[in-house]
Amino acid sequence: MDRKEWPLWEVFIRNRNGLDHKHCGSLHAPDERMALQNARDVYTRRQEGVSIWVVRADHIVASDPDAKPELFDPAADKIYRHPTFFKLPKDVDHM
Amino acid sequence: MTPHLEYLLRIGDSTLILGQRLSEWCGHAPVLEEDIALANVALDLIGQSRLVLTHASTIEGAGRDEDQLAFLRTEGQFRNVTLVELPNGDFGRTVLRSFLFSTFLRELWTGLAASADSGLAAIAAKSVKESRYHVQHAGEWVIRLGDGTDESHARMQRAVDDLWPYTAELFAPTPVDDMVHAAGVGVKWTELRSAWDATVLPVLEEATLKAPEGSAFVSRGKLGMHSEHMGHLLTEMQYLQRTYPGATW
Repeated sequence: MDRKEWPLWEVFIRNRNGLDHKHCGSLHAPDERMALQNARDVYTRRQEGVSIWVVRADHIVASDPDAKPELFDPAADKIYRHPTFFKLPKDVDHM
Repeated sequence: MTPHLEYLLRIGDSTLILGQRLSEWCGHAPVLEEDIALANVALDLIGQSRLVLTHASTIEGAGRDEDQLAFLRTEGQFRNVTLVELPNGDFGRTVLRSFLFSTFLRELWTGLAASADSGLAAIAAKSVKESRYHVQHAGEWVIRLGDGTDESHARMQRAVDDLWPYTAELFAPTPVDDMVHAAGVGVKWTELRSAWDATVLPVLEEATLKAPEGSAFVSRGKLGMHSEHMGHLLTEMQYLQRTYPGATW
């Protein structure tokens, strides 16, 4: 018998309304409905979520780890890109 | 035993015994994801049992708590339907049984949410959500395995042929049903058949599985007459309380 592995799915959970979906792990499932079902069973047993996204792992386009120098290092010395040079009024202290 | 208590035990014992059966999969399911899923369902069912048996013990008023009801009664005192005590068989047979019984349970909880017994109505309102998911989870598997490979289809059809005769008991009328119905406490199980059919038959069809012709066989677990499998199940389930009475941890 042909024993193919089920595809890998990445799971994203939103734990409260208004927040964004966060990656929380991955799992194997034969198709998208089962992936959603498995995600519910594996990752929301302790009230972790109110919404689930599943995405087939091979549908994710990822950056090349070897390209780190050219992609991310140049941002290291661009301190002026952070909005930290503005004095805020006391009333909005915690922005 | 009053009809009210008898009726509660039929429910609480059925969920308990199916929960026990499903928990046998813990650590043995074909994939990690299903291992967790089956354990989740088992715990839901045992949770429902705890509520129903605790309520039953109040109705009984004899000072037997949920643990005593679950672990210190003998085979003939259990009122679960025979379907839930049958051995699991393979994964396909397990999810088929789960699908058949969870669909019944979903309809039962739906009806009981309007019970004049407010304790039971509250349990039903909570439990129906769990059962809805159990139907969905098991139903998706029935479809995929029935309409899967030649091997999985053949196994599922065998499971349908073997389990189907035990579904007749779910809807077999009994005097207890009539009495609790008259008191506004319970629904008659026989009246749940059409709603059950409306879910089960389309799923079987989508799964390319055929329900066998009806037969005269009606199992009688809910009357306290069980199959040869029940004693073995209880031996394992009750071992700890019987060996170390009152043990807690």
